[in-house]
Amino acid sequence: MFQILNDYSSELLEGFQITLISSVIALIFSLIIGVLLAILQISGKKLFITLANIYVEFFRNIPLLIIAMFFYVVVPVFWVPLSGFAAGTIGLTLYTAAFIADTVRAGILAVPKGQMEAARSTGLTFIEAMRYVVLPQAFKIVIPPLGNQFISLIKNSSVLALVAGFDLMYQGDIIASETFNVFDTYILIALIYLLLTMPLSYLMRYLEKHWSIN
Amino acid sequence: MKKLGTMTISILSGLTLSLLSACGTQDLASYDILERSQETASLTWGVKADTPLFGSMNIETRQIEGFEIDLAAAITREILGDDAKVEFIEVSSKTRIPLLKNGNIDAIIATMTITEARREVVDFSEVYFEAGQSLLVHKDSGIASIEDLDKSSVVIGAKGSNSVANIRELIPGITVLELENFSEAFVALRARQGVAVTTDNSVLYGLSAQDPDYIVTDETFTVEPYGIAVNKNQERFLNEVNKALQTIKENGTYDSLHEKWLGSVINRND
Repeated sequence: MFQILNDYSSELLEGFQITLISSVIALIFSLIIGVLLAILQISGKKLFITLANIYVEFFRNIPLLIIAMFFYVVVPVFWVPLSGFAAGTIGLTLYTAAFIADTVRAGILAVPKGQMEAARSTGLTFIEAMRYVVLPQAFKIVIPPLGNQFISLIKNSSVLALVAGFDLMYQGDIIASETFNVFDTYILIALIYLLLTMPLSYLMRYLEKHWSIN
Repeated sequence: MKKLGTMTISILSGLTLSLLSACGTQDLASYDILERSQETASLTWGVKADTPLFGSMNIETRQIEGFEIDLAAAITREILGDDAKVEFIEVSSKTRIPLLKNGNIDAIIATMTITEARREVVDFSEVYFEAGQSLLVHKDSGIASIEDLDKSSVVIGAKGSNSVANIRELIPGITVLELENFSEAFVALRARQGVAVTTDNSVLYGLSAQDPDYIVTDETFTVEPYGIAVNKNQERFLNEVNKALQTIKENGTYDSLHEKWLGSVINRND
């Protein structure tokens, strides 16, 4: 295993960086899209609710691989050229956003109705009441499930391996096929994934504790 | 009690199997494939069923079809006469030599490259197809050979294939996208993720048969001569195979089969 780490250190480092960058980009954008979708879902406007529901149901119920493949082999033919990295990251963002929307929506609904009503009665608009009163409380509630989504996101970034995105899993596949040492290679790859997911796991646990004190 | 019964049965069947296989090897050493095939008027060939144009299963007819299949049939008829029975058994790169050694098949004609390592376990006929690594490109790409590629080119291959290592050696620093298999590599090529797919031309011809806009470059930059493999100590049979191959090359049968299966994809370049 140390032999592999030694011989393929540049490939593994590149894979680690790509996985990290892809995950961070997907995490930021899926959080933004997810929160917007959640707000649309509880906005009370029929059109918004329908559109948001269609999005969530569609992306939540098809395999991530198909979404990524679509951006890798269909979009470049008809619209813009997309690399494997871009296709995989876009697919990952859109897919995760659907799950985050559901999580955040549940969090918002868990905030007592009176909070919104009280905020509105003080003269705040719907957006302001959301921004300053409801969402801050909702976020504390959804931190544990949101943490799960983020960890899934990092692991799901391995979809890049199937669209030649040069991520950690892709490098793992190549190293395994070159060295024929499948067992050691994938154990090493798993350990590197742990390096990414464990700190996140602890961070989420810390935030959960830290914020629940208030 | 029940457990003991199962155990006895498995031990007994194990013994029977090893006895049977012992008989098998004894037979194989002394037995002459040519004699047996003349008695039964039949030959059994190990062929590929997953390589379009060379040997692939036709879903409608449930028959294996291809260049190698027709070649095997022609050689069999040349050796045993027109009424001879030709049987085909599907093999993979992994199973073909064990099946030949066990006597399940009489000869292998399955996109098998003649190599020194393989010569130590089987005997090969004369070359029946000169394969080699080549490029599959769009017909308007302007790429005619590996000379037209450089460091900045993006080439597509499949994970774990030798062809990827070969092209990296020939053009150091070139970007190679490695997909799961050659069908996916071809899909990525059509999505313009790279300028060429590279592997043996025998595989590329099969891919290009699916889309007339893609051509296989004429030049090959590795040499992969395909030969028919027969078991060791079957010189008489091997001689007959070589003679038959010679005959069908001379009488035009080989050329017409070559034209039938590969003509349309090879001539697309002109």
